[in-house]
Parts: sequence; C-alpha cells; structure tokens
Amino acid sequence: MRLAVPLILAALAITGVARAVPSPSVHQAVVDGESIPTKLSAFGLFADNDPARPVASFAYTLRTPLFSDYADKRRLVALPPGQRAVVGDDGNVQFPVGTVLVKSFGWADVNGGRPIETRLLVYRSAGWVALPYVWDADGRDATLKVAGARVPVSFRAPNGQMRTISYAVPNKNQCKECHGRSGAIAPIGPKARNMITEGADRHFSGGAVPKPTLPRWDDASSGTIAERARAYLDVNCAHCHNPQGSASNSGLFLGWDVSDAKMIGVGKRPVAAGHGSGGRDFAVAPGDPDASILLYRMESVEPGVAMPEVGRGTVHREGAALVREWIAQMPRAAH
Amino acid sequence: MRVPYFYAAMMLAAIASPLGAKTIPVAAGEGAQERLQEALILAEPGDTVELGAGIFKLTDGLSLDVPRITVRGAGADEAGSVLDFTGQMGAGEGLLVTSDDVLLRDFAVLNTKGDGIKSKGADRIIYHQLRVEWTAGPKESNGAYGIYPVESADVLIDSVYVRGASDAGIYVGQSRNIIVRDSIAMENVAGIEIENSYDADVTGNIATRNTGGILVFDLPNLPQMGGRNVRVFGNIVTGNMTPNFAPKGNIVASVPTGTGILVMANRDVRIFDNVIDDHGTANIMIIGYRYPFDDPKYNPLPRGVITYGNQHGRAGFAPAMDGGKELATAAGGSLPPVFWDGSGEDMVFGDAVDVLTLGLTDPQAGLAAAKPAPIAPADAVVVKARVGDGGKPIILPEAMEARIR
Repeated sequence: MRLAVPLILAALAITGVARAVPSPSVHQAVVDGESIPTKLSAFGLFADNDPARPVASFAYTLRTPLFSDYADKRRLVALPPGQRAVVGDDGNVQFPVGTVLVKSFGWADVNGGRPIETRLLVYRSAGWVALPYVWDADGRDATLKVAGARVPVSFRAPNGQMRTISYAVPNKNQCKECHGRSGAIAPIGPKARNMITEGADRHFSGGAVPKPTLPRWDDASSGTIAERARAYLDVNCAHCHNPQGSASNSGLFLGWDVSDAKMIGVGKRPVAAGHGSGGRDFAVAPGDPDASILLYRMESVEPGVAMPEVGRGTVHREGAALVREWIAQMPRAAH
Repeated sequence: MRVPYFYAAMMLAAIASPLGAKTIPVAAGEGAQERLQEALILAEPGDTVELGAGIFKLTDGLSLDVPRITVRGAGADEAGSVLDFTGQMGAGEGLLVTSDDVLLRDFAVLNTKGDGIKSKGADRIIYHQLRVEWTAGPKESNGAYGIYPVESADVLIDSVYVRGASDAGIYVGQSRNIIVRDSIAMENVAGIEIENSYDADVTGNIATRNTGGILVFDLPNLPQMGGRNVRVFGNIVTGNMTPNFAPKGNIVASVPTGTGILVMANRDVRIFDNVIDDHGTANIMIIGYRYPFDDPKYNPLPRGVITYGNQHGRAGFAPAMDGGKELATAAGGSLPPVFWDGSGEDMVFGDAVDVLTLGLTDPQAGLAAAKPAPIAPADAVVVKARVGDGGKPIILPEAMEARIR
C-alpha cells in the first residue's frame, strides 16, 4: 500500500490532470496566445485557482495608490520564464512581452476577505490587453466580464462608518479610458517613483529595482502637504488628466512633473464641466477649497459630477481632506 | 440591360460593405446594459450594431472603441430605439466613442447624467438622425453637452435634434473640418457651439428657444486654440430667449439671454443668409474674451467677422448683458440688432441694420470705459468686395457623405 499513492499521482499526471499536482506555473501559452479566456483559471495565475496562493514572479505595493472605494488591492507581476523587468529612463517600469500584471480587489469584511474582482493587463505581441474577471459565487474561479458588471458591496470605511455601494467592475473600454495613452493601452501603476518591490531584485535587469521617491499621500513624514497632495493627484487623476490622456481636451494636467500652476488648475476656468462645476469658477481657487471645482468633484458621487469618472462609487474622505488642506494653505489670489 | 446593372449593383455593394462585415442585432428590454455594451466591444471593424425598436434602460455609460462601426437604431422618435439613461449610476456621458470612422444613426439618447454622446479623438465621425434630449426641459442639473465631438478631424453632424443641454446642445470642440447641418437645437443654453475649432460650416439648422442660438468661441488654456474659419449661413435662429440655466463657472453661463449668434475671440467668421429674429439682447453679437488670462498663445480678440444677407427681425428689446438696460435707455428704449464690444479688427457689417459698438478696444475694460456709438451698415461695394464668392465650403471625405446617402 505504501507505493500506491505515488503510483496514483503518476497515473494522474499521465492522464492529464497534472494541473492539480504541485509546482504550478503560469500557462504561458495562454498568455502569449490570441484567445481571450472566459475563465481566469485558464491563465494559471493562482495555485489551485486560490487567490491567496499566487503563482507570480513578485508582488508589489505602491507608496501612493489609486483610491478604489477603499478596496484592498493585491498587485502581482508574472514575468515570462527567464525574463526580467527594466526600469526605463522615463521612470516607467518596462515589462517583456508575455508579462501579466494582476490586480485583485476585495475588502477585509466582504466575502471573507476573498477578492470580488481580478483585473489583468496581459502584454501580448500586439500590445497590452485589459481583462476584468469577476469571481464566481462559489469562489472557485472568476468569469470574464467584457461589458463590466455591478456588484453590491457593504464594508466598513476607515472612519468606522458602513458604506454600501454598487461596486463597478469596468468594461473593457473603460479600462482603456484610464489606461489609454495616445490610443493604446498601457500600465499606469508601475512607475519607478511609486513602486515598492522588496525582495524582487532578481526579477529586474541587473538587479536595478525601482527606488521609489514619491511621497506617501498619508504619511506626513514623506513630504509636505503640497507634495503629498500632488502625489495623490498624480496617482488618482493624471492617468486621464495629461496631454495624451482621456481628459486631454480639458487642459487640466495633474501629473507629478507639471509645474505650470494654471495647468494644475490654479485660477483655471472649466471648459466642459457642465454641472460638474458646482457653480464654482475655478478648478483650484487658492486659499478657498469650497470655491474649487476639483474638490467639489472629488467630494461627489453623482455621475456627471464625480471624478474620477470611472472606479469610484464612494467619497475618499481622507484623500479629499488632504487636497482640501493643500488648497486652503495656498495664498489667496490678490485681486 | 438588367443583368449587367444587377452585377454592377452587387459589385458596388461589395465595395461598400467589406468582406465578412456582419450585423449584430441588439434587442431592447431586459439586460440591455450588458448586451449592448458587449456588442459594442465585440464588434469588428466594418460591422453594424443594430438596435431594435423599444426602450433600452441603461444603468451605466456605454462606450465604443472599435473603428469602422455603424450603430444604427430603428428611429429616433418614441417608436424607435430609445437609450434611456434616467437610472444611470456612473460615467461622464451616455455613449462615448473613441474610434475612427464611426456612424451613429437613427436612435435617441435620453436623460444622461453627464453629456449625451461624446466622441473624442474620433476622426470622420458621423452623427445622423439622432435625438438627444433631457425630457424635463431646461434644468441646471441636466448634462452639459448633447452631441459632443472633441479633438477630432472631419466631423459631420446631420439631421439631429437636441433639447435641454445645460451647456451646448451641439458642441464641437478642439476639432477641424466640421459640418453641422439640417439639425434642430432647442431649449439648450447654447443651441450650437463651435469652440476652439478650425474650418466649420454651420448651415441649414434651426436654433430656437435656447439662451443663445449659435456660438463661435475660442477659450484660453486649452491644447487647441486659435479658432478660425467658421461660416454660419442659411440657418433659422429665432426666439432664443430661455433664461440662462447654465451652472455658474461655465463660460456659457455668461451668454446673455436673448442672443441669436454670438462670436467670441475668433478669426475669419462669416455670418450670412440667416433668418435671425426675436432676440431681447441682440441678433448678432461680436465680442472679445473679457476674463483675465495669462496664456501668451491666446488671442482674445474677434478678427475678420463679416455679416451680410441676413434677415433681421425684432431684437434688442430686453438686453441682458451687463449694463444692457442703461444702454437701451440711453439709446431710446432698445438696442440695434447687431452688437459689437468694439474689440478686435477688420469687421464688415454688411446687413442693412444698425450696429451698436461699445467702443472698447480692450475687452477686459469695464463698461465705464465704453463709448457707445452707432455704426451705419458698410458700403455695399465694400461688402461685395469682401464677400467674394461666400468663402470656401467645407468638404468632407466623399466616403463620409456616401455612408448617409
């Protein structure tokens, strides 16, 4: 009888049930292929398809993350076998074709802490492809939702209040609204200045891992209020509000490197805000947060008013408070 | 003779619809959001997404990012294909198009929370026989723009109906080579607006019961500036007397109620052969940008605006601009149909009506600096010399016109 178990395992392997056997790896043929799998398991990104057991090259966090309705986000990078990432001269982390960026969204007090959604950015030879998967009710696999979905979610926010929202899973096009750069899809998060990749040296060319310098929005020791507010706006707004982004026509550019005060909204009148202006005259009215359109839109959840347009169904009180403080401490414009 | 004709028709059809192009039908009713959005994502270049008749109750914005798609409904009236966004929970517009060579036709978009239909960076877009409407009529909480192409080249808006926009019903921004024709804009703040754009013809439209009928604007601090070469001709612009209901902060909130055609900070604008009637402020108003700005690339002045051959009805009887009442009193009760703040240069007033100028060379100077004075119509010979052949028509790629013929 002692030999029976190895024999059975060997038999299983031969009959093609090898996936259940340990030492799992990402299904690179699926990553590199052209098909768009309807089930997340097809990529083999998790052992036994358990989101708590990733099969990735490395995990990373961000010094200042995008706010996503207080979701706890887990980020992974799965590089193709034997390949490495490179920190580019432009500060973006460059990945080889065959890479999958994985981001899972969940809340500690929802669904036992298991993710609701897992989004992939798959780098194929024709470019990046964005794919949103929603975890099935039984939690065993996740299903592609090209048209997006809404999932009712109730969770406790950091201030102790319960929030009930209709969590929006973006559709494939909405992925591009934020991830679009001059018409093509590109990763947003993996910028060297923001990316914490501890223990991942061997996955970067020459061991040159990112050395993040962006202030942490919620850590006063990491920068001044202005610096932290600008870091927050960079991460939460600048993927659209840049000259190549979805909000290029607004002329409001909120990237970390933008130095022109008018471009970041100081004394800038709206162009297409509609009732998103909230009856206010300027994107940023120095010294007067309650006269600033930027804050009005951050503090709203109404479609057509709320910014960002995609991915936020609840107000980020703490983020808005930081931006409020930043605007309040600006010297009022002399008229 | 019949057979060769038949083959010729077949060959033409084959050229018009590329090999493998298919029609994807989407019916109204249950699950419309997911079914329609999925069709818009899975469609391939050349395909037609065909909306059934009935009401599509939508909870989120829709978007299209595939080139060479036709989205075609069963009509824009109540019996046609109605995309109802009354219950919308997210997104900045009802439908967003970000791909080239898209034709949108024969459907209605109602009560979006933000803009109605927006197309951005979508070259050769065609909006045809559409209705975009906020059904409760003018309200500040309505979306900003009804039909909203921006940052695009070759834009055709033909036979659409837009009502209730809290900014502009039909708004073309930061684009070039544009035709807006045979459309109706009613009960918006601005009926039709061409902003920060080059080379546009606005013709054959009806703009009525808006706050301002047709606007040609240029604004500072935007990626594309220097608006120019716009012809506004053969339109009916009447009774644009709806009190301004734009949310404060937006530039159109400054449009005086009762303005027919308003040109601000643009170059080479021709306004001719329109019927313009029943405007309390003015039938035609030409002004500079009067807010402080610090953009060295921006020119705030109107230049080379020509008016001629327009039929003017009643105007100037309730001027709503700053100091309008005082001006009217001084002028004997009402103002002439054409109003110019006096800024800019090279104006030709060829209509046979009086013009009032404020005599302000600097549009930022307050009314205190104004030296109001009447201007008599330009000499017919001068007008004729300047008018020439009426200006150069906007020509769109023939394939665009063919798609709606």
